[in-house]
Amino acid sequence: MMRPGPQIVVIGASAGAVDALGAILPSIPEDSGLSILVVVHVPPDKRSVMAELFRAKCRLMVVEAEDKMPIEPGVVYFAPPDYHLQVEADKTLSLSGDEPVLYSRPSIDVLFESAAEALGPLLIGLILTGANQDGANGMAAIVGAGGIGIVQDPRTAFAPAMPEAAIAACPQVRVLALAEISTFLREVEV
Amino acid sequence: MTELPEKVEDIEIRLLLEALFLRYHYDFRNYAMASIKRRLRQAREQLGFSTFSAMQESILRDADMLPQLLRFMTVQVSEMFRDPSYFRALRERVVPHLKTYPSLKVWVAGCSTGEELYSLVILFREEGLEERTLFYATDINHDALETAQAGIYPMERIPLFTQNHRQSGGKSSLSDYYQAAYGRASLDKTLRKNVVFSDHSLVTDSVFAEMHLISCRNVLIYFDKALQDRALGLFEDSLARRGFLGLGSKESLRFSSHASAFADFVREEKIYQRSSE
Repeated sequence: MMRPGPQIVVIGASAGAVDALGAILPSIPEDSGLSILVVVHVPPDKRSVMAELFRAKCRLMVVEAEDKMPIEPGVVYFAPPDYHLQVEADKTLSLSGDEPVLYSRPSIDVLFESAAEALGPLLIGLILTGANQDGANGMAAIVGAGGIGIVQDPRTAFAPAMPEAAIAACPQVRVLALAEISTFLREVEV
Repeated sequence: MTELPEKVEDIEIRLLLEALFLRYHYDFRNYAMASIKRRLRQAREQLGFSTFSAMQESILRDADMLPQLLRFMTVQVSEMFRDPSYFRALRERVVPHLKTYPSLKVWVAGCSTGEELYSLVILFREEGLEERTLFYATDINHDALETAQAGIYPMERIPLFTQNHRQSGGKSSLSDYYQAAYGRASLDKTLRKNVVFSDHSLVTDSVFAEMHLISCRNVLIYFDKALQDRALGLFEDSLARRGFLGLGSKESLRFSSHASAFADFVREEKIYQRSSE
């Protein structure tokens, strides 16, 4: 049976996120067929800076996620501040204002777990630098649902706690440095 | 084979939602799945059921379980003047139009615990429109409606409300509208004199009055596309010609079949105007 290749990358990052994402996202070519969904922990002050920041640096189209947006190839979606970002089974995005999870809204676990349920084997889950445990459960859900798990090597992370927690929760993930992650995403067959 | 348990759970969830509808006429069948699953899992854990099937049996046979479950399904916390720029846009751009009407009707659809409603009433009072306005505040959650009707909020939320109000261009001090006692802020009951609180479902109920402004923020994100369309159709039919619709800052009409019935009015604040056709 033909197994469809990965189509959607979900990324979680916290402390040190801007630099880590900066080492990955700009190198992905515009004809990449990947869709990329990103949760970065940002203060809930309702100002959206991430999408703007990366729009200038990336060759892919970069947007802030809105409710019911279809997930398109070649687009990077950032979770808006103060909302959870989720994936629905019909490959659209949905938002929620439900309470923070592990003090975070948006929460990496909420994105990863919803994506795992909706689209399991089509996923690459990626946990980058961060100083908490968010994303560990979500990573286990993605790998459990047949997706690929990648975690930034904690020794190379600005804040190692989040990658360490993801590796502990899901030991079968690939542990890679930022440059290797970037190469992997450039070369993955979509 | 790892997928199998997940699929059984999906079936169980669908059956549970069907049971809720058949037994109690609460219809969550077209809610956005990701959120509803998360909330149901939370409910299952906290109410102490090992499976959704067990929970379904209990809900069907024990009506006392219903309010407990609904608490998880519809819980919603907002802020007064949440997204101050939205209220500023209403004040500066929409109010001048509303001032041309001799009488006004405003619908806060999915008012939850009332924060958005009171924000609008205060704004209308500041702008001299309150006296000619009838406000409808509706929700499906009884407990939430009761909280809204009581208008009492924890004192620790007031600094945020005050800051939001100021940023929204408030012309008075929020402290003019509440009394503090025992750690709680009790809103002035005159703010409720032109408000009708009512049970109303955007899923199953219909048009009940002709509105000049409908504010429905961060409610539609919990609906799937079909249900969103139903609600937006209801708003379209409820609005007077050239009436206004305000949505949450990350909600949009773009993906709806009713998009053509509305025009962007303040695009960045998701304020729309019903076309005059």
